Parts: sequence; structure tokens; C-alpha cells
Amino acid sequence: MIHCYKLNGYNIVLDVFSGSVHVVDEVAYDAIGMYENNDKETVKSRLLEKYSGRADVTEKEIDELFEDIEELKEKGKLYAPDVYEGKAFDLKNRNTVIKALCLHVAHTCNLNCEYCFASQGKYHGDRALMTLEVGKRALDFLVENSGKRKNLEVDFFGGEPLMNWEVVKEIVRYGRELEKTHNKNFRFTLTTNGVLLNDDVIDFANREMHNVVLSLDGRREIHDRLRKTVNGKGSYDTIVPKFRHFIEKRGDRGYYMRGTFTHNNVDFTNDIFHMADLGFTELSMEPVVCKPDDPYALTEEDLPILFEQYEILAKEMLKRDREGRGFTFYHYMIDLTHGPCIYKRISGCGSGTEYMAVTPWGELYPCHQFVGDEKYSLGNIWDGVKNKEAQQEFKLCNAYAREECRDCWAKLYCSGGCAANSYHATGSITGVYEYGCKLFRKRMECAIMMQIDKAQNG
Amino acid sequence: MKRIQTIETRDLKKSVQTGGCGECQTSCQSACKTSCGVANQQCENSSSEK
Repeated sequence: MIHCYKLNGYNIVLDVFSGSVHVVDEVAYDAIGMYENNDKETVKSRLLEKYSGRADVTEKEIDELFEDIEELKEKGKLYAPDVYEGKAFDLKNRNTVIKALCLHVAHTCNLNCEYCFASQGKYHGDRALMTLEVGKRALDFLVENSGKRKNLEVDFFGGEPLMNWEVVKEIVRYGRELEKTHNKNFRFTLTTNGVLLNDDVIDFANREMHNVVLSLDGRREIHDRLRKTVNGKGSYDTIVPKFRHFIEKRGDRGYYMRGTFTHNNVDFTNDIFHMADLGFTELSMEPVVCKPDDPYALTEEDLPILFEQYEILAKEMLKRDREGRGFTFYHYMIDLTHGPCIYKRISGCGSGTEYMAVTPWGELYPCHQFVGDEKYSLGNIWDGVKNKEAQQEFKLCNAYAREECRDCWAKLYCSGGCAANSYHATGSITGVYEYGCKLFRKRMECAIMMQIDKAQNG
Repeated sequence: MKRIQTIETRDLKKSVQTGGCGECQTSCQSACKTSCGVANQQCENSSSEK
């Protein structure tokens, strides 16, 4: 399968099953598009007709082009067959250890964001803080179930994790002890709204957290419209100075400024540029996940605007990069030479199998987005996974699990998509959240174009 | 090639043999938390094939 598209002056051909990327001239673009389903003479006559009068499009030239296409075919870089489909389940389940936990250390929050999928931090349940005992047991559970895997990930999540900060610090200290006795490497991350940031948090996080994810939606009026305090005031002026202080002290360690865009700001690139202009360089901006009838839900009419926005973003990033003031965007970070192997591309995020969320009470869920949905309660950190039926559903989730993905060129970039998004959109984790797919494909087209541009222009 | 330039990429077919160590980051643990994408994950195995 190939995917051909034109963007930013480039004619791009993706070969889906080999992962190859080709940038071609317009003649080759047309030829490659026709070559698979037409005989050579037909392709040749169509090219000669379309490019009649062009000195560089002769029979001889086209024959040479056909030779190049055949050479790429032989090398497995063009029209490569799908050799993975029959092995998809086995590829995903080659390793079934747990390697990542999302610790819900606080089911409560000091902001009252309207669009919060976690229902203002409570996940449709009671307010609660995780105890140190539960936190330690969660790390023990992870180590016990991680097999030979050395790198283990633990994200402190909520609600707002800084509302249980002393416990977070103690869990990290406990993790460092476990590393020595069990030959593991914990990568801790922290996702915070920033309200409670202070020097103690900043210094500890900069020492111990592999990555921090800081929630900011962009421009003040956009951010404050939905990210309000419990008293209904905007939070922008409280958090932005703290985030700047945090990042100034963070040095080279990883972080993301992460925003959510909604129907209220379909011109979301202005929010990304605002973050960049504030001095932040590691940026992420996600489409809102909500019910279709929520007032800020993205609409079908928004789609063409969003597509254009993603293109604007890619072009502006290339421009700023050339000017020496570049920034990164999470969804455009793609490493063509050292990206994920086929196992990862088929398996996806690992929710419910190698990745799970832990509630303040020690219950296990397939991921943070399923927390509170009893149907998907998997078990707990003392007894392990008991709901094998639900887990089996997640084991079957892979890039080949959905009929709708059969002809999609992007399936080895998205692995079939987010199970939670599918569930919320269709009622099934193996459904397809088509709106998200459309945005995802656009982002991938932009990301790959940017890699081509960098390869061409150094 | 005159009309086709191939960008250097990882050979996915070869990665059937060399991949699968599982040491890479769980995608949702980084910045997204609301959508799945694996393309932007880095391989942890520095000897993976080109």
C-alpha cells in the first residue's frame, strides 16, 4: 500500500508496510500512483499525453523511471506487501509484562476546568488522595509484574497530583530503593496544572522527574475561558510565572507544555505560538475529548479549519527553525531512522496490557481514561488482574483489529488509535473514532513533510 | 535516481527480527494522554537497523 500526497511544494510517497518515504517529482508522482494498477504501456501513454511538450518526458525517460520504480520494488521500498497481518496478535503479545503505571495520587483538583474528562478530578466518584501505603504497593506490583524489563514508567496524575505532594515524594524515594534491589530504572513523570508549584516542588521535580507535563491552553483569554479556579476565576496569571520559573530551572531535562484546544479556539496555532513566544520550546496541543453535544465540542465544520491550522503550524515551525528560534510539537516529533519497530507500531499504547492506571484505592484500570467505569475495572494492586475478559479485549486491540483500518495508510503510525477515544465515540474499544483519525492523518502528513524538508534543506 | 529521492527510514520488515524489546516509552505516558500515536516514540535499542 502506498499513500501519495502533496504538501508545502513536496510530492510525497509513503510506502506503508516498509515504512519508506520518497520525495518525487510530478512525473514520478503520477507514475507511482498509476503503476500498481495499470500496465506499463497505459502508464506511459498517459504520462506522454499529460506532459506532452516537456523535453524531459520522453519514452526513454519514462522507461528509466520504470526501472527506478522496479528497483525500489525489488528492494522492498515500494509497494511492499503486508507481511504482518497474520502475525499481529502474536507480535503484540510477544511481551506481556507490565511496564508503566499511571498513578492517580489525587482524585481531587484545585481547578474546575469545564472540559475535564476526569470530572474535575473526581472521575465521577469520591474525592480521595492515595496513601503512601497504596503508592508503595503500586510500585511493588509494577516491579513484580515487569519481568526482565529494566525501564519502568510511573506517571503521577490526577486530578492534581501536587495536592498530594508529600506522598509523591515518598513514592519516588521508595522507587529509588527498589531500583537498587531489583535492577530497574524508574522514569517518573508528573502532570500538573501548576497552581501549587513552588521551589520545593520545582527542585524535587527537576532532580527526580524524567519528564513533566504542564497544562496550559495558550492565550490568556483561551486558557481562562475553561481552566478556572473553583471560584470561577481564570488561572493563567497564577500559573504562567510559575511555569516559566520551573522551566528556567529545569535545564535540559524533558518537559511539555500541554494544551487542549476546543471549538472555542479552532485557530489553536495562535495558542501554540503564544506558548513559544512565552519562551517554552517543548509543546503539545490536543483536540478536546468530550461529548458531541458539549458546547465546546469540535464539529465537522471545524475540520477543514483544523487541517489548515496543522499546515500553518508545520510551515511556521520550519520557518522558526531556520531562524534559530525553533520549537517542538509533540505530534510532529517523528524520527524516521530511529522510530518505533513493527511490534510497537502494531501494539500501540499498551493500555490494559503493559500500561494501567491505579486509583487512590489501588484499583487497576486499562488506562486513566477508563477510571471510574466499572465495566473496565481490571482488579487491584494486591490481587492483580482479575477481570481477564476485559483484559483480553485490550490484548486483541492492535493495528489490525478494526475493519475500518484495513485500507488506511496510517495504521502503522497510530496502531489503530486510542481505545478510550474509540470507546467513548462508538461504545466499543475496537470501534473507530473517525474524527480523531482525520486529525491524526493530517498530523502525520505534516510531520513527514517536515522531515523531508529538513532532509532537503539541512 | 533522477526523479525519486528516498529519505532514509527504518526498515519495518527487518524490525520483525530486531525489534520487540519493549524498553521504549509507553506512548500515553508522555504528552498526549488523550490520543494514541506511536510514530513519535523513540526506539530505545541503539543498534536497531536502518
